[in-house]
Amino acid sequence: MGDLFSQYNVLGAFGITIVLTVLSAIGALVIGTFVAIMRVSPVAFLNKLGALYVNLVRNTPLTLIIVFCNIGFIVNLGMSVSNDFARNNLVWSVIGLATYHAAFVCEALRSGVNTVPTGQAEAARAIGLTFGQSLREVLLPQAFRGAITPLGNTLIALTKNTTVATAIGVAEIAGLMKTMQEDRADLMIPIFLIVAFGFVLLTLPVGLLTTKLSTKLAVKR
Amino acid sequence: MVVITGVNKHFGDLHVLKDIDLTIGKGEVVVVLGPSGSGKSTLCRTINRLEPFETGSITIDGKELPNEGKPLAQLRADVGMVFQSFNLFAHKTILDNITLGPMKVRKLSKADADKQAKDLLERVGVTAQANKYPAQLSGGQQQRVAIARALAMKPKVMLFDEPTSALDPEMVNEVLEVMTELAQSGMTMVVITHEMGFARRAANRVVFMADGQIVEVATPDEFFTAPKSHRAQDFLGKILPH
Repeated sequence: MGDLFSQYNVLGAFGITIVLTVLSAIGALVIGTFVAIMRVSPVAFLNKLGALYVNLVRNTPLTLIIVFCNIGFIVNLGMSVSNDFARNNLVWSVIGLATYHAAFVCEALRSGVNTVPTGQAEAARAIGLTFGQSLREVLLPQAFRGAITPLGNTLIALTKNTTVATAIGVAEIAGLMKTMQEDRADLMIPIFLIVAFGFVLLTLPVGLLTTKLSTKLAVKR
Repeated sequence: MVVITGVNKHFGDLHVLKDIDLTIGKGEVVVVLGPSGSGKSTLCRTINRLEPFETGSITIDGKELPNEGKPLAQLRADVGMVFQSFNLFAHKTILDNITLGPMKVRKLSKADADKQAKDLLERVGVTAQANKYPAQLSGGQQQRVAIARALAMKPKVMLFDEPTSALDPEMVNEVLEVMTELAQSGMTMVVITHEMGFARRAANRVVFMADGQIVEVATPDEFFTAPKSHRAQDFLGKILPH
């Protein structure tokens, strides 16, 4: 079994998984926050646009989005970001993953916003803060704290969902697992276990950390 | 200072404010009394447009209330508001609660805002709690901090929306004392309250509301000794014996 690690770049593949996770998580957080602001803003048009985004993206299979990123954007529309094939697919996978999980981040944040009593927003407006200032100083900091647990869940789901990127040839761990199992059918079960254990190692700390943070940062009322 | 003319507002079918006319002079303390559901809280909240209204106009210091956006935010900065449920920013310390507005809206430096906040905390008597969070304070302390937060904006007028209704009885007086002191200092105040003692002691005028209308406007003496309207007589008859 030891020769699996010498024969294949298992750690490198997990490295790609981590890169996908981190970059997509940052992207999803940025886009998701933006969409969440649209959904809680007083402008009806932005509300609808935000709702449309969430309902469209959240209800589309991730595989379809990732494949579309490749076939649709790269092949059909020629929207390459790099001449390097692997890099191109990696970037588009990040875009697809970020777009998809942003819908979940938005809803997690919106549930966080709902934990903030309306009086907080009224008090913010009453001292003369603009809508943007109220969001930045009062609503979002409290909403993020109220949303830590669902955001953690989304991050765990995102970590595991990076395996879908294998569908467009990104060399992350699920892709390598398939190769290893084709080559070494005799080690089928150990290979499964190694990959599964790797994911547990990646996601377990996220769950523990968010549980701890959510109690530590909880806004006492 | 505050001129309200012909203001009407509905909540769905309910006509909560009916042709409200009221002028509040500079330095005047107006106490609004009335039974629950009479529209007095709504009136208070329309003055800084936390509640929009349909017809009529409200001007503050000669300026018409803007509809929304930045001009409205600027005008709100001049109107201090104290809520029934305090509404201190739960994730900020007491000091940060008070300095937020002056720093973000009035563009004070942190040092100046801190100094001003400490002076105000001393004025309302909660200096020792400056670095605690709102949930660690008693209701009375929180409400006094809320008054300090509003004062930090150097408002032209202060609105109090039932400031003592959510307090335990033994904490009511500490808040009323701060308000009385503020009234004596010449602040223009609109106070929605059920505290008849405060109304007698601190008010220049009492406004009695029922069913969305202003039924009677009188000095506290006139109102409490010889109310003219039946609604006011009925209201006082129900509460004063206790």
